Amino acid sequence: MTSDRQYFDEMLSGADKVREPYSDYEKWFIQEDVLRLSKKAKEAEAFFRRTGITFNVYGQAAAQERLIPFDLIPRIIANREWAKLSKGIEQRVRGINAFLYDIYHRQEILRAGIVPVELIAQNEAFLPQMIGVSPPGGIYTHIVGTDIVRTGEDDFFVLEDNARTPSGVSYMLENRETMLQMFPELFSQIKVQPVSDYPKNLRRSLAACAPPNCQGKPCVAVLTPGIHNSAYFEHSFLADQMGVELVEGHDLQVVDGRIAMRTTEGFKVIDVLYRRVDDEYLDPLNFNPSSMLGVPGIMDVYRAGNITIANAPGTGIADDKAIYSYMPDIIEFYTGEKAILKNVETYRCSDPDSLKYVLDNLADLVVKEVHGSGGYGMLVGPAASKKELATFAAKLRKSPSNYIAQPTLSLSTVPIFTKKGLAPRHVDLRPFALVSPNSMDITPGGLTRVALKAGSLVVNSSQGGGTKDTWVLED
Amino acid sequence: MLGKTAGGIYWMFRFLERSENTARLIEAGFRIALTRSKDPASEWKSVLTTAGVLGQYDMKYDSYTGAHALDFLLRDTDNPSSVLSSIENARTNARMVRTALTTEVWEAVNESWMALKAALKSPVTETKLPAVLAEIRRQTALVRGAVHGTMLRNDIFDFTQIGIALERADNTARIIDVKYYTLLPSASYVGSALDNVQWETILRSVSAHRSFRWLNNDDISPATIADFLIFDSRFPRSLSFCSRLLEDNLGYLAKDYKFRMPCHDMIDAQRERLRNLDISSVFDEGLHHFITSFIRENNALGLQIEQDYRFVG
Repeated sequence: MTSDRQYFDEMLSGADKVREPYSDYEKWFIQEDVLRLSKKAKEAEAFFRRTGITFNVYGQAAAQERLIPFDLIPRIIANREWAKLSKGIEQRVRGINAFLYDIYHRQEILRAGIVPVELIAQNEAFLPQMIGVSPPGGIYTHIVGTDIVRTGEDDFFVLEDNARTPSGVSYMLENRETMLQMFPELFSQIKVQPVSDYPKNLRRSLAACAPPNCQGKPCVAVLTPGIHNSAYFEHSFLADQMGVELVEGHDLQVVDGRIAMRTTEGFKVIDVLYRRVDDEYLDPLNFNPSSMLGVPGIMDVYRAGNITIANAPGTGIADDKAIYSYMPDIIEFYTGEKAILKNVETYRCSDPDSLKYVLDNLADLVVKEVHGSGGYGMLVGPAASKKELATFAAKLRKSPSNYIAQPTLSLSTVPIFTKKGLAPRHVDLRPFALVSPNSMDITPGGLTRVALKAGSLVVNSSQGGGTKDTWVLED
Repeated sequence: MLGKTAGGIYWMFRFLERSENTARLIEAGFRIALTRSKDPASEWKSVLTTAGVLGQYDMKYDSYTGAHALDFLLRDTDNPSSVLSSIENARTNARMVRTALTTEVWEAVNESWMALKAALKSPVTETKLPAVLAEIRRQTALVRGAVHGTMLRNDIFDFTQIGIALERADNTARIIDVKYYTLLPSASYVGSALDNVQWETILRSVSAHRSFRWLNNDDISPATIADFLIFDSRFPRSLSFCSRLLEDNLGYLAKDYKFRMPCHDMIDAQRERLRNLDISSVFDEGLHHFITSFIRENNALGLQIEQDYRFVG
């Protein structure tokens, strides 16, 4: 990474110039004793360990449960900045739901030639089993995480959409709890919009999507692959906070055409299943036959309108990074409005001219797998060695349509706390939206992920990233 | 509640109880081997037998030494009943059923797991043993305290008590089973110092050497000890106490759920049998026979509960 590059810092806009949203916080901070803060940082870590806020890293037997490092400097967003962001997210999520409905029904967008047919037809994330299926309330993606990056005062970009199963919301909630415990005085001095309603809103939003055949108060449950899943903590946390059962595939079976869970008092019907199991493993009778994590026959129950699956199977198509490159057109097609949030310029390597450009400029680009997530299988050109670049170029030539490329963005920085004082680190933001038939609820802020290594642009927790509490200020 | 959750709760508390029981067995065995026994090897062998792990131990070691036995019972993960394995299992179950536990209980069991993993990281020397055993007792007590102080008295709580009662009854019964010959009336004719040592071991294994004296006016004989371990409902590790704990908690479930299950008939039968017996009729029937059939029925009851409340699909 070139060191002379200038990045937009969200706290300090010049040597001594503090940006406005941070002014009150900075006044507090300069009066704080660094030793006291160091002690607080240690306390936070002990707190996370004791309460078991951990994630599992695949393929690391010795360190099975790891903590996501937490940095105690908040990331602060002004209310007017948030107003624009949340409007943009709302529009985007509306567009995505309309797109998903269309793609599994009349496919107007393909007929109109906005999105090429082969991008859908040959896409693994497109589920033919969902063609013609109308989920309750017409909603495909109930819980959405939109990854946003910033490069300047007014420059926000959507980096990717997570319409399938966005994770991280438990960290958003626990980070705030931790901050409230550590620095109660800060929250009496600075008015920050609360996030703690999320579990309540999630339950209400899910219940509002109950299938038409549901009688009485909808029964909601969370489906987890089990304690070895990397996000198990989040699954149990959300179930607990919502006050609903956390179930695994083997707790469920089809009883009289409904999905029911095995309880100590017999079988109990579930109306809405917030599933954190991937499509492929959801139903061994309809998808991967060797799956032990799913429920045999759940797709048939779903198609009969007897259960709501959130998010709906087949939503992953909207997360596809090749589809992403069409997202501004998709949004305009369904909402009739220009997209409020910008996309990052994206080169589809399936296109020969783009591929040539990407290969010629590999050292300056970020290249991602079309279906990848979690920061696995991506190349950060400026940080890669000559050898890594050559290896990746070979992969690109072999299967170009597997990749997209984007310019290396000058991601904004927010300081982290170190023993030597504040040090700028790159961040991104994942706000969470909840969608029900009549409303959309976007929690103010979201999860800020921060690359803890100086200069690094990779914020994923599986790649050594940390998190920060994210504040949206009251007006 | 989910059948799986009930099962997770039940096993979590069985394993917690087991880790504590194992620590207690070690404590008694260590003390006797140290102070009284001319044959420490047979003392350790009997501890391993009581813990139900002799077979696994024999596969690993050729002789019964304190160092090997301690390591196997405390920290060997090849031994599914070692303290380390038990606390690991308890914590894994707790993680699985976390939504059914209060924050305090979850944190207590998670902290126990962290503390005991650290305490049992390297082999425990004789010098360190008392401190480690005290830590095990302390940690399990913290979990128990959090359970009693913070959990709702509902079906979840009932399953915690059922797990504890079954595990504890099994443990006490196995202690009697291994030492039954020292409790036979004929043993009192011998009246040798050896038997007194064995009696003390038995009482120490259930942490009752003091309470026994208080209750029995120092009338220490095979009959009074056996009576105490089997029938004294004031003593929280006696078979009678555990049996009543099971009857009560299975009863709460039946009342709560408004239906009885086959396990209720089984516990009623067990209660009835214990009520109609006293220590002399047990000796008439044969102590060994009584104890082995108790262990068998206790296990059968556990399996029936698993089935009745759908722990597994």
